[in-house]
Amino acid sequence: MTTIPTPRKPWAATPKDRVRDLAILIGALVFTYYFVEITPMNGKLAYFSIFFLVYATFSGTYQGIKRGSAAAKDAIVNSIVVVGAVATLIPIGSILATVISKGYKGISFNLFTTDMSMATPTDPLTNGGILHAISGTLIMVLIALIISVPLGILTALYMTEIKGRFMRPIKFLVQAMSGVPSVVAGLFILSAILYPITKSFSGFMGALALSILMIPTIARTSEEVLLLIPSDLREAGVALGGTQWRTVAMIVLPAARSGLITAMILGVARIAGETAPLLLLTGGGDKVNGNPFSGPFGSLPYYIWKSFNSGSEEAITRAWAGLLVLIVIILILFISARSLSSRKVKR
Amino acid sequence: MTSAEMLTPENPKVLGTGLEARGVHAWFGKNHVLSDINLNFAAGTVTALIGPSGCGKSTFIRTINRMHEFIPTAAMAGEVFLDGKDVYASGTDVTKIRLKIGMVFQKPNPFPSMTIGENVLSGLKLAQLKVPNKDDLLEECLTRAGLWKEVKDRLSAHGGSLSGGQQQRLCIARSLAVAPQVLLMDEPCSALDPGSTLRIEETIRELSDSMTIVIVTHNMQQAARVSDYTAFFLSDGGPGEMIETAPTSEIFSRPKDKRTEDYVTGRFG
Repeated sequence: MTTIPTPRKPWAATPKDRVRDLAILIGALVFTYYFVEITPMNGKLAYFSIFFLVYATFSGTYQGIKRGSAAAKDAIVNSIVVVGAVATLIPIGSILATVISKGYKGISFNLFTTDMSMATPTDPLTNGGILHAISGTLIMVLIALIISVPLGILTALYMTEIKGRFMRPIKFLVQAMSGVPSVVAGLFILSAILYPITKSFSGFMGALALSILMIPTIARTSEEVLLLIPSDLREAGVALGGTQWRTVAMIVLPAARSGLITAMILGVARIAGETAPLLLLTGGGDKVNGNPFSGPFGSLPYYIWKSFNSGSEEAITRAWAGLLVLIVIILILFISARSLSSRKVKR
Repeated sequence: MTSAEMLTPENPKVLGTGLEARGVHAWFGKNHVLSDINLNFAAGTVTALIGPSGCGKSTFIRTINRMHEFIPTAAMAGEVFLDGKDVYASGTDVTKIRLKIGMVFQKPNPFPSMTIGENVLSGLKLAQLKVPNKDDLLEECLTRAGLWKEVKDRLSAHGGSLSGGQQQRLCIARSLAVAPQVLLMDEPCSALDPGSTLRIEETIRELSDSMTIVIVTHNMQQAARVSDYTAFFLSDGGPGEMIETAPTSEIFSRPKDKRTEDYVTGRFG
């Protein structure tokens, strides 16, 4: 009978290596602290940049002494890469931390159950809420989804399945459209529909402008997803006697389903926080309005903008709370997008 | 009927009994890839197309079920008769042609969004056909493809959960469900291990009782094992041509053309 050896990882860092790495890190931290203290520099940026230089020098020198100049270069490049990644995370982490620390004070039960119709900006936080803004944003996003998903996916199908004569110009336009500033979309709806036709603010006008911003995102993402579907499947469908349309509907689209859902959610995340078109088009009411076709329509971005503008301490706290709610909504969407698109891998 | 007569296109006795290609040429853009192919496939036989890579075998079978036109730059000339009717005649419903001439591809390609059972019956849905009893058809197709025993307890599992060889037999079962007269197989075993290859070869032998099979293969032993007739294709830098066609035993024992002999004995290609 053979004895089974214990599994090992001979390539992994030994405890001794780890202690050494930690020593270099702590040494760099301590050195940075005193260096900044004794020189006229100060501030977070100074700490960060000095620490980076010191850490790169320390680990580079150590590896250089230990294993030669190639290892030293490797260690320095390594620390540059780490710093790049950290530098990207700092603003994101800092935004999240600020929003959470300032926003949580405004979070209360009544925030989600009442609107601002009976409250003034200077009212205490126990009075009034953002139900109108949450419901407004959700309704407008829903309308924008209903408009954009079919249009976006059909555009993507034209580019991947029909590959018609206008494919190149359409592709170019879709790409260009994804760079349209949101205020332009708002002004377009204002001048093309609101002023000449409806002549009044409404949630639907806002949703139309949001659709203009959402369609390119959905079309481009869907196009990429559909291009990933192997052409074998299309050929197999047609070889079985299916028409092109039935092959697309029965095989291509179902095979791309999770990717198309991701495209939808990316589209929602693109527009959920858009502010400029809503300022122009919705009128931004303070009351819960279930009818997107008439009357001023609240939304989270509008509410945040308005509360910051009003300047009172309570209003500003409410604005931070609104921001927190908006970020949490977008975060939930992203997480659900990721879990939906990864579910496919499991089976 | 002697088998030697069967494959001569000039022989009027066998015209119209199965499938016939007459003067088929094919192009991709300006590139002439296939020149003047005349082949007759008698009903209920297995014909192997052999020849080095790039000689147009796959292109040829794709002209038979009109999959050739899927490539945007493709063009063709000639006629392909199925039951005496040219599949390229104007007014022909191409989806009906593909229903009668099924195809199995080189790489197994079960539909990923469908279960094993749905995959088998997918042709019916795609072509909007009605059958009285789907369960019977499902069992029959999977049995004929030699897969029933392995999958009967997990018909609602996804096609992707099968092994490569099983997936290919699933694709064969899928083609059988729409009851084709002709089955084209484009190197169906090239991605499979020897055991799966053997199973598929058995399947081909069994199917040949009820349909005409055309199989492209790079495996000479496979051609010898499964086919009644063999056609040798070759391209000498120009468009691919059909050099010789004969009953398989003759092609392998006493080929008429020197190039065929060199190829089947492994001297080139």
